[in-house]
Amino acid sequence: MSARRRANLVAIAVLLFSMTGAMATLYAIDHLRRGSVAQEALYVRSSRVLRRMSLGYTGLLADIYWTRAVQYFGERHHSGSGDFRLLAPLLEVTTELDPRLLPAYQFGANFLAPKPPSGAGLPGAALALMKYGIEHNPDQWRLYYNLGFLYYTELKDYGKAADAFAQGAKLPATNPFMPILAARMAQHAGEFDTARMLWFTTYQSTKDELIRHNAVDHLLALQVDEDVTRLEQVVEKYRDRTGRLPASMGDLERAGFIHGTPADPKGHPYKLTADGRIEVQDPQNIYFITKGLAPGVAPPQPRPAAQPDSK
Amino acid sequence: MNSRVGYIAFNTFREAVRDRVLYNLIAFALLLSGAAILVGEISIDIERLVVVNLGLTAVSLFGVVIAIFIGIGLVSKEIDKRTLYTVLSRPVRRWEFVVGKFLGLTGTLVVNTFLMAIGVFLALLYVAHKFEKMDVWVLVALYFIVLQFLIVCALALFFSSFSTPLMSAVFTFALFVIGSLAEDLRGFARITQGVGGWIATAIAYLVPNYSALNVISQVAHGDAVPGRLILYNSVYALLYSAMAISGAVLIFQRRNLK
Repeated sequence: MSARRRANLVAIAVLLFSMTGAMATLYAIDHLRRGSVAQEALYVRSSRVLRRMSLGYTGLLADIYWTRAVQYFGERHHSGSGDFRLLAPLLEVTTELDPRLLPAYQFGANFLAPKPPSGAGLPGAALALMKYGIEHNPDQWRLYYNLGFLYYTELKDYGKAADAFAQGAKLPATNPFMPILAARMAQHAGEFDTARMLWFTTYQSTKDELIRHNAVDHLLALQVDEDVTRLEQVVEKYRDRTGRLPASMGDLERAGFIHGTPADPKGHPYKLTADGRIEVQDPQNIYFITKGLAPGVAPPQPRPAAQPDSK
Repeated sequence: MNSRVGYIAFNTFREAVRDRVLYNLIAFALLLSGAAILVGEISIDIERLVVVNLGLTAVSLFGVVIAIFIGIGLVSKEIDKRTLYTVLSRPVRRWEFVVGKFLGLTGTLVVNTFLMAIGVFLALLYVAHKFEKMDVWVLVALYFIVLQFLIVCALALFFSSFSTPLMSAVFTFALFVIGSLAEDLRGFARITQGVGGWIATAIAYLVPNYSALNVISQVAHGDAVPGRLILYNSVYALLYSAMAISGAVLIFQRRNLK
């Protein structure tokens, strides 16, 4: 073997060895410093400083920060951690770098507002984010919709929800459901119908498959909640009439309260428990339900909840 | 165009291509296609924004780096290799040499930008599946980036006409940074009183205003660019680069090349 060839082989061996070694070491470092990466990514919290550091290329930096926020939330949500303390600053920096980045408001508020484990449990921060978004994008009906949604679902402030929907309804480019939602909020009527309308608006105002799936999941959950509420009322009526609880759905049918065996949207018949409650057979299959669950069973949360996108 | 200027410009272009400047397109293509494919997986609802923001930022930064590193060597390299003496011993005037070099470098960058623009539009087509009306404004942003290159090339050539390549690179890059923060500088000048205010205002108007040429975030959201801004930016870039090239010619005319 010539000296040159030998040198080449040694160089290749050293290259492969050091490359593998460097990767393995980095892997070990990552494990050692788990959890600190996100902190460091936010070392610069001032959007003013970042704006200057970006030399005017703020759009790209905002995209990077938004992606970081999505990753941060997804990671924490997936791991079941209730610690979302960097989420609000990440979203603040993102929207200050690019105040017109609509997904950051729409999804960001939905990451912030719901209680853990669905979200960060920071409705105040979500509200501030939405208001900042509306201030910089006053012509976007979706932001008023998101604000109304936030007031309705998280803060239970129907008056302010009505105001938000009404303001969005006044815009030249709006959604036909906005004035109806405003009216419903003002009347504070028909909880299920209103919620259904909100999720239907979410469904039809987006092309994003993830959001559509999420809206469908919520619509199915609403259907279950409504069915269970109605069936439990029927059980009450049966008890009032007969003085005892029904032993089965058949009793309710024979008494003329229902026709056939009622089933959930996935086709599984509802169960009637001995103490007169209605339960779904497979609660892990229907996300977001609040009724029809066995005592102590929490509804599964499939993925971060979402609202309409900017399309 | 003067044929001698044309020859020098063409040779400068050919030399840049021979120096494998266009290899940056490979890095650009990888960056953009990677972003277009990956961003949908790791982020939410910003696929188009990322393609426009990342694509145009990369076009701009790659171009500025090329402009600086080739621009600073345009004169010094010819002196080091002693090819300048061969050129100037022929009936070529010094100003023709400087202008030809400038046009050759900007031509290289225009070709580079054109190829990158194709990449940006292909990536846009990939993420959006169709072109939209607002994509026209991406072309305007690309045009502004080319105007930015005109100024950077002219300044790199200006500094290289009297300074070493390293110092020319430092000066040109420093002016790029300061010029990118021109809006802040003008704001600072507005709030400064007295002589300091005058000096700050003078500096704010003397350094190149690259921030007015950066409409990337705006077009990423599909916002229109006013026609008047296109006109003013074109005039400004032409005048500013003419100013820098004139300065380079003046210095180069007086330079003792012996």
